[in-house]
Amino acid sequence: MKNLNKSTQKLITTILTIFVLYIVMQVMEQTGNLSSLMSGLLVPVCAYSLVAVGLNLCVGYLGELSLGHAGFMCVGAFTSAFFSKTFQGTIPDVPRFILALVIGTLAAALFGFLIAIPVLRLSGDYLAIVTLAFGEIIKNVINVLYIGMDGNGIHFSMKDMMSLGLEPGGTMLINGPQGITGTPRQSTFTIAVLLLILSLIITHNFVNSRTGRAVKAIRDNQIAAETVGLPITKYKLVAFTISAAIAGVGGVLYAHNINSLTATTNNFGYNMSIMILVYVVLGGIGNFSGSVVAAVVLTLLPELLRGLSNYRMLIYSIVLIALMLFNWAPGILKFREEHGLTGAAIIGKFKKNKEVQ
Amino acid sequence: MKKRLFSLGLCAAMAASLFAGCGNNSSSEVSPENVDTSGELTWRIGGIGPTTGGAAQYGQGVMNAIQIAVDEVNAAGGINGYQISFNFQDDEADPQKSVNAYNTLKDWGMQILEGTVTSGACAAVSAETYNDRIFQLTPSASSTSVTEGHDNTFQICFSDPNQGTVSADYIAENALGTKIGIIYDSSDPYSSGVYQNFATEATNVGLEIVATEAFTADNKTDFSTQLQKCKDAGADLLFLPFYYTEGSIVLTQANQMGYAPTMFGVDGFDGLLGVENFDVSLAEGVYLLTPFAADAEDEATQSFVSKYEEQFGGTPNQFAADAYDGVYIIKEALEAADLTPEASNEEICEALISAIQNVNYNGLTGENMTWNAAGEVSKEPKAVIIQNGGYVSVQ
Amino acid sequence: MGFLTYLINGLSLGSVYAIIALGYTMVYGIAKMLNFAHGDVIMVGAYLVFMCMSNTGSPAIVSIVISIVCCTALGMIIEKIAYKPLRRATNLAVLITAIGVSYFLQNMALLIFGSNPVSFTSVIKWQGIALAGGQLKITGNAIITIITCLIIMFALMWFVKNTKPGQAMRAVSEDKDAAVLMGINVNATISLTFAIGSGLAAIAGALLCSSYPSLTPYTGSMPGIKAFTAAVFGGIGSIPGALIGGLLLGIIEILAKAYISSQLADAIVFAVLIIVLLVKPTGILGKQIKEKV
Repeated sequence: MKNLNKSTQKLITTILTIFVLYIVMQVMEQTGNLSSLMSGLLVPVCAYSLVAVGLNLCVGYLGELSLGHAGFMCVGAFTSAFFSKTFQGTIPDVPRFILALVIGTLAAALFGFLIAIPVLRLSGDYLAIVTLAFGEIIKNVINVLYIGMDGNGIHFSMKDMMSLGLEPGGTMLINGPQGITGTPRQSTFTIAVLLLILSLIITHNFVNSRTGRAVKAIRDNQIAAETVGLPITKYKLVAFTISAAIAGVGGVLYAHNINSLTATTNNFGYNMSIMILVYVVLGGIGNFSGSVVAAVVLTLLPELLRGLSNYRMLIYSIVLIALMLFNWAPGILKFREEHGLTGAAIIGKFKKNKEVQ
Repeated sequence: MKKRLFSLGLCAAMAASLFAGCGNNSSSEVSPENVDTSGELTWRIGGIGPTTGGAAQYGQGVMNAIQIAVDEVNAAGGINGYQISFNFQDDEADPQKSVNAYNTLKDWGMQILEGTVTSGACAAVSAETYNDRIFQLTPSASSTSVTEGHDNTFQICFSDPNQGTVSADYIAENALGTKIGIIYDSSDPYSSGVYQNFATEATNVGLEIVATEAFTADNKTDFSTQLQKCKDAGADLLFLPFYYTEGSIVLTQANQMGYAPTMFGVDGFDGLLGVENFDVSLAEGVYLLTPFAADAEDEATQSFVSKYEEQFGGTPNQFAADAYDGVYIIKEALEAADLTPEASNEEICEALISAIQNVNYNGLTGENMTWNAAGEVSKEPKAVIIQNGGYVSVQ
Repeated sequence: MGFLTYLINGLSLGSVYAIIALGYTMVYGIAKMLNFAHGDVIMVGAYLVFMCMSNTGSPAIVSIVISIVCCTALGMIIEKIAYKPLRRATNLAVLITAIGVSYFLQNMALLIFGSNPVSFTSVIKWQGIALAGGQLKITGNAIITIITCLIIMFALMWFVKNTKPGQAMRAVSEDKDAAVLMGINVNATISLTFAIGSGLAAIAGALLCSSYPSLTPYTGSMPGIKAFTAAVFGGIGSIPGALIGGLLLGIIEILAKAYISSQLADAIVFAVLIIVLLVKPTGILGKQIKEKV
């Protein structure tokens, strides 16, 4: 382990931590010690973590702010749920879920690629607003999508259910704002953890690959990178597409964990995109493990605050502000440095104590 | 390496103790809405709805109304001799958060669920209650996806098909209008559900729909264009299947542009007159299909409304009235089934499923309410018209 | 005639967006941060006006002045507590804190004012004018909003160009470090910017709710996002850009609803935005900043 470089060591630590937590959760669930709330949250937490990892690739390494990642999550969720629902009776469970996962991921990647072509010509806040716009367009279009299936095949409309002309006995697959109801529940904690670990490995390998180093070079100085002959557009496209695909995987997990899949502002609109951005920034820009930790903490926090009743969301917002100041304010960082309150210092102390033991 | 693994294990154990801690604590956590009856055996009734977020007024209405009913029932000796504990959880009208809220309630030991308030969230939760065999009675989630395939889920409000169909029939029978304009929220399951059923029935009964305009949750400040298009199409009746928050803007804007067709809202419009500072003259002549009128003369309604105003302020809307009835419906069904809280959730669920189908309930939101196996309520929708700042029954 | 009516509706909607966008663009131009809490300050401002008018019965203009004073103070407090400690951190950190502040304001309002919508009494009593024999109506709200918008825009442009604090703002916006060397108090200048932005939010709140009278704790968030879009549309940081962006956004939104599809209006507005930004990557009036190696 010593001869590996620092980032690989960190990756291994993260994966081991996730794995140990996974075992602990499994044992607790088997022995009935895990509360329903927690066991219900396991898969969503992994889904949000995945999207956060995806966005962190975009924000941290590509250096571009995307406010539309919930849109990619939405594409992944809806295409995969649509596939699963359509072939519910015709393909056995396991291959169908694998296919749904592949389809959801590819669809999100495709959207990411198509959107990246125009978007990456822009920069800064203009890029952010255009990704936000794409996310909103995706949500809006899905809300007016009506797809039904009967003996004659699949019917499609962008207006309402009546114009489909479904035969009696036909089923609605996507029913406008009511979305997809009755997606088979196939996301398990095991699958979610495997996908999360996989995505951490992929992102880690990507940022340390030749392409990844090129992406970092572009982020740090685009003109210099261009001068040494790096094909800027190609590298940016690759990074953005991977980022979108990972968000799509999160969407697939999310969709196969809930009976009623709808596209609202809170779960696939700009509110969600912003929430994911909060995970990324709070966890540390460019720090994938941090994104996972932040996603876990911020998803659990409002649930653990339920006892506060009416004051729940108020306290949540105060904690959010406080955490941001604690993690980012230069003044507070300096104070923490001086008093040994940084993450590294605390871990260091921990180690020393144990060596003493 | 060993040390690192050891420290990892330590971290994991710490985290696990945290998680387990919440599992155990949640049963003793008492939110302010609860009736504190810790220690003794009680009926544990849970509620879910948005108390924060854009739909907060509906969730809070339901929460407050259940609280009033629970207090009344407890004061009168409870159900079958047992008091009720009540716990209400926020879901921000989001399906995933609603499932989280449901799991929280399950950890608390919920036996019967009265919720959730909104359709999308309810469809997600009813799949859970179906699997866990917990009896669910929703005050206001009207979509058919809530009850479809779930034998344990029952509605107190009219279902979407019911509302849409009855509205179209009512308009046709009473010849309220010939050219119909529709404005609906295309991003809301409830609104688009009612609209679709209305439009289907309208063609059957020979109503001519001249304009169909939509808005979305992100685009609900300005309705001038939708109104203008209905006006240009010559609509003499506007069908408005959405909530009163937007309803008050539609009425104001229609008034500003001097457009005065017959306005016909469904149950979401109830509450319009309760909007603080609203110029009720704008609502003059608005029809709405609602099972509940806050200024009805009967004693039950008046006692409920005065208690609500006293405890929480503001006028209760139809959501609240449905929720208030819900507690008494559960009470009646439990008494008919002669159950005690010692029964398991599954026993309660199965017993209530058959008991509720034999209940004939008279409440704030209807006379002779009965339920079929599909979970739909059968009650007579009352068309009311707003006159001189009050509801007047027109049947 | 139909087209003219839609155009006028678009102008009134656009004028509301524009007045909110002015606040966004002002803060962005000087502090280089997207103040996501701006929409919620607008909501607070509207509630304050409403409370003053209905509880104490004070006239509209007095209520607005009280609201402006309170919002200015609120803006400065928010800046002091939540944004100032992050002055030297990355822009993204401030963005997230602003989101936290936005949640805070919404939930605080929910606790104080409750979740039920209140119907806002228009601060403008004038009914407006009717043209072409009553077929074409322009509401008083729309006219006053547009005029207010123009006055504020010119006042801001004059202020930034000709006054000492205004010049300090421009200096800070060009280069913070150089501004310090020139003896400018950067902190005071940024505080002043927030004060002005929040004061404008109070006016925007009163005008927004006069035109669209349903007020809830979440009233500010959607117009806030739309106005932010408008500000980017016009070129963020540019004061006349905010006006143009806001008006265009309103007109496009109304025309899309009127002539294409009311279901897809949001998607169409955003699609137009994307196309405009692809043709002019820094918005309509935005400055192209040349990057140096």
